[in-house]
Amino acid sequence: MKALVWHGKEDIRCDTVTDPEIQDPRDAIIKVTSCAICGSDLHLFHNFIPGMLPGDIMGHETMGEVVEVGSGVNGKLKKGDRVVVPFTIICGECEQCKRGNFSVCETTNRKRHLADKVFGHTTAGLFGYTHLTGGYPGGQAEYLRVPFADATHIKVPAGIPDEQLLFLSDIFPTGWQAAAQCDIEPTDTVAIWGCGPVGQMAIRSAILLGANRVIAIDCLPERLSMAEAGGATTINFETESVVERLQELTDGRGPEKCIDCVGMEAHVMPSLPDTLLDRAKQMVMAESDRPHVLREMIYVCRPGGIISVPGVYSGLSDMLPMGAFMNKGLTMRTGQTHVNRWTDDLLRRIEEGEIDPSFVITHTVPLAQGPEMYQVFRDKRESCVKVVLKP
Amino acid sequence: MFHFSNIVRTKGDPEIVKGGPSLKQPADQLARALGWFSIGLGVVELFAPRRVTETLGMEGRETMVRAFGVREIMSGIMSLSVDKNAGLWTRVGGDGLDAAALLSGLTSDNPKKGNIALALLMVGGIAVLDYRAAQDTKPRRPPRDARRKLYPNRSGFPKGIESVRTAARQIAAHAKTHLKTHAETNEVKQGDERRVP
Repeated sequence: MKALVWHGKEDIRCDTVTDPEIQDPRDAIIKVTSCAICGSDLHLFHNFIPGMLPGDIMGHETMGEVVEVGSGVNGKLKKGDRVVVPFTIICGECEQCKRGNFSVCETTNRKRHLADKVFGHTTAGLFGYTHLTGGYPGGQAEYLRVPFADATHIKVPAGIPDEQLLFLSDIFPTGWQAAAQCDIEPTDTVAIWGCGPVGQMAIRSAILLGANRVIAIDCLPERLSMAEAGGATTINFETESVVERLQELTDGRGPEKCIDCVGMEAHVMPSLPDTLLDRAKQMVMAESDRPHVLREMIYVCRPGGIISVPGVYSGLSDMLPMGAFMNKGLTMRTGQTHVNRWTDDLLRRIEEGEIDPSFVITHTVPLAQGPEMYQVFRDKRESCVKVVLKP
Repeated sequence: MFHFSNIVRTKGDPEIVKGGPSLKQPADQLARALGWFSIGLGVVELFAPRRVTETLGMEGRETMVRAFGVREIMSGIMSLSVDKNAGLWTRVGGDGLDAAALLSGLTSDNPKKGNIALALLMVGGIAVLDYRAAQDTKPRRPPRDARRKLYPNRSGFPKGIESVRTAARQIAAHAKTHLKTHAETNEVKQGDERRVP
């Protein structure tokens, strides 16, 4: 089969690889009908997250049709079922899964000894996302083996196009969780840093959850226009001061809720010296993340407010203003997404026409063009916001 | 190359049968080679500056050579990073500094001026490669003033934003009423409990 394979920094190729096989009775094989490039795939493209090996298949936003099931799937899936595959692999049986904390499933990371050492405790196995999270082959391929398939799936009905359902795998529940864990109240102003695909979903989620006002921060005109279309007031951080503008928009009180949809690769700008220092330190491996957005959020958030972090951080972040964080009594909520906790509700909202997540797609191309699209997406060429690949 | 990566695959996972074309261009390979060269030269300058100054007949300039070594290492690391273009331009600038330093030692009384001439020639050659690589690895981001496609009609809400806002307000109002009723019920219960002797 064809698959997008990681060969090193900035080197992803469309290779021919052997087809996946059932390895465990709880496995299923799906024929991929649509998959997508996620913003967090770019961290792997840049090799900023350790634990990738040449030969790893990329991709964790995938959907398709079940073509084979193992004997242990127990009728929960059958050949021909249409499924979206959540990026977090879950067993559905451990204590964390039972609590709904699916992204920290205690069972599915097959290389948990690495995660135990690096994170202190293992987290769930993830598709196509380093050997720290199991080294599972990803879904930017023609076929995908889904481990623990009896629990790791979202069954979806026929009649709704792939484009509306695909993002249940990651970015829609990720944006939703980011907003949900803000405990949004009808009087709240929610500020969202980053208007990439997750940022766009977080904006819509905050609106759906009843925020009084949503403020979106980015520098790319196409993303800001999409954010405005979704109901947000926008700030272009290249032309105005984020802190000053947020103070202005909130009568000096600061937003009650702040969401970081940027993560470890914050924009580097000479007018923001901390971003230059972070980049220099990242380059010599003295710091793994560039946490400018976290610093700004802590500084600007209203005392007693909530900071929600769906943006990916990989390791160590320097110079976080813990003094401000503590004295302002802020709460930080973060984590990889507990996808299956939210998908029943989100699927219902899609079916009822409340939201159509396909608004974010700007490019749809064959799988073989995937490597070039990584570059287009990274370089923000062609006003690219979200790429869907068709195997 | 992919045969090695197949060896480290977990048993049963897909293995590469036939490799596809690489995204790497010759300029990327050149940048990588120059990056490693820069680090190698930098290490020599940093840890063996006397050998360098003696070879060039420029004794007494060891501190400057060490500083140049640090610069080379930094440029090398940058040239190997995703910001390789910036690293290569710092190398081009560094080539200018190297040439200026060498020219200052090219005096008639320097018995090693032949070595300096050779070094200048090498710096010139490397500078050409650095410049070429820097030109060929220019970031492909569109310029700030480039015309971009905007998406003002992509709300994502098929029924319109106002409909969503109204629904959210109704849910919030309903939740508030529900919470109030719940709190009142709870208060009675707690009151009852307090009255229990």
